[in-house]
Amino acid sequence: MKRVYVNEKWCLGCHLCEYYCAFAGSNQKDMAIALKNVRINPGIRIEEHGGISFAVSCRHCREPLCVKACITGALTKNDGVITIDKRRCVNCYTCILICPYGAISPSAEGAVQKCELCIKSNTGRPSCVEGCPNGAIVFEERGAPT
Amino acid sequence: MKYVIIGNSAAGVGAVEGIRRVDPHGKITVLTSEPYHTYSRPLISYWLLGKTDEEKMKYRDDDFYTRHRVTLLSGTRAVRVNAEQRCVVTADGGTLSYDRLLLAAGSSALVPPFEGLDTVPEKFTFMSLDDARALGNAVGTGARVLIVGAGLIGLKCAEGLSGKASVVCVDLAPRVLSSILDDESAGMVQRHLEAQGISFELSQKVRSFSGRTALLESGKVIEFDLLVLAVGVRPNTELLQGIADIRRGIVIDSKCRTSHPDIYAAGDCTQSFDVSAGQSKVMALLPNAYMQGETAGIHMAGGDTEGIPALPMNAIGFFGLHILTAGSYIGETYTETDKKNYKKLFYSDNCLNGYILVGNVEKAGIYTALVRERTPLDTLDFALICQKPGLMAFTGEDRRKKLGGNLGEA
Repeated sequence: MKRVYVNEKWCLGCHLCEYYCAFAGSNQKDMAIALKNVRINPGIRIEEHGGISFAVSCRHCREPLCVKACITGALTKNDGVITIDKRRCVNCYTCILICPYGAISPSAEGAVQKCELCIKSNTGRPSCVEGCPNGAIVFEERGAPT
Repeated sequence: MKYVIIGNSAAGVGAVEGIRRVDPHGKITVLTSEPYHTYSRPLISYWLLGKTDEEKMKYRDDDFYTRHRVTLLSGTRAVRVNAEQRCVVTADGGTLSYDRLLLAAGSSALVPPFEGLDTVPEKFTFMSLDDARALGNAVGTGARVLIVGAGLIGLKCAEGLSGKASVVCVDLAPRVLSSILDDESAGMVQRHLEAQGISFELSQKVRSFSGRTALLESGKVIEFDLLVLAVGVRPNTELLQGIADIRRGIVIDSKCRTSHPDIYAAGDCTQSFDVSAGQSKVMALLPNAYMQGETAGIHMAGGDTEGIPALPMNAIGFFGLHILTAGSYIGETYTETDKKNYKKLFYSDNCLNGYILVGNVEKAGIYTALVRERTPLDTLDFALICQKPGLMAFTGEDRRKKLGGNLGEA
């Protein structure tokens, strides 16, 4: 199962991955138009402090606490990918309460949002990986964390 | 192997999924007194608000029982467990034999013996879909609703009714959500609820009811049309009375075994070890119920898992204000507060014991993991993580372990 991994030594902290992620979810053609003056809610987020930066996105855990804890059944794991059914999500934030990576976040859409490896946007490779200018984000097989 | 599961909510569903991870063939029967497909109980307040419907309330898809090869006996109440003969007796006189039994019977609303309660014409509890339907049908526009209890259930009910009814909440405690908030955060939440038109009578007790009036200890009289009792819940332990060790709840170990071999228990009807407090507790919350059910199921089927220890933890929100809390409020504190946000962390002996977050709750799960895993705080930058929950506070090596994947492992 391929996942998104980040090499923090190569991360520039440019936040482009966040914009590519938000753009991938926007279903629009032009990134500038899609994201201008929009407060983005990406599924990948940069942490930065003291000269270190790295991106964090869903680990698609082998034993996913978010899926187990979800009160509605909106979060499910199929073929190794954890996805959210936004119609069922009621924004209770139980998944935010329990994700040990801080990889699920609120959105403006009335449902939480998270990395779904771009399987819904049908671009083949995740957009954050495609858009990273320094090759710091990779999409490869390493096995899921517990 | 024959499995019988009493209960069709989160713990029962968790057990089905746990059993099927290990045993694809055993015969699973799920018993529930309710006539429904498994549904999410906490959604009843969203249902009352009109934010969800019965279709979307289903906790699992329509094909859940067929896909997991489960016989669902809905509308079938279990009335007795015969542990010697290994069978469950149902209200219709049937018996179901088992090799492994799971009690996932949940909890019930506590109804204290208030004076004059029998004279109240329209009174409700708020635990089940039927409760919500009855309340939803009874509440007319402009109805005056008195809710006794300003805890999780009482306040979610208040929110659910707020668009239609005028709501007054009475509670013995001096603050709202007294089991999960401190004075300051409770004050924030109370003001937020009051701004939505809900009013409170705190540090107050109902002395008696008479028809559609309540007399408080203070002498104040409150008139109402509908009464909701949300004083508390009690674990449904009766079926294992005299069979397994019961204190407040059915006592279970980390594998969700009761003191009786062959009988497991999970969810609201149990009590188990709370690592954040160092003692056994009832932690009747949906995530715990699911995870205990799953752990029980895996062990019932002969598998092995460490399981994920239950923890007091709450995700609750009202009118867009989110509150996340976890663990126990023990030790020294770190506090950050402004008009809209509140954060308090509790720590001692090199461990984070618990936290309260109101407003900005992003990445709270990083704190929850510190509490649950008893992460030694001297292995990370505690000052940084207090300010901002993040993986940044961990050492580079720990971060690589967390984010780098397990190279070479499938």
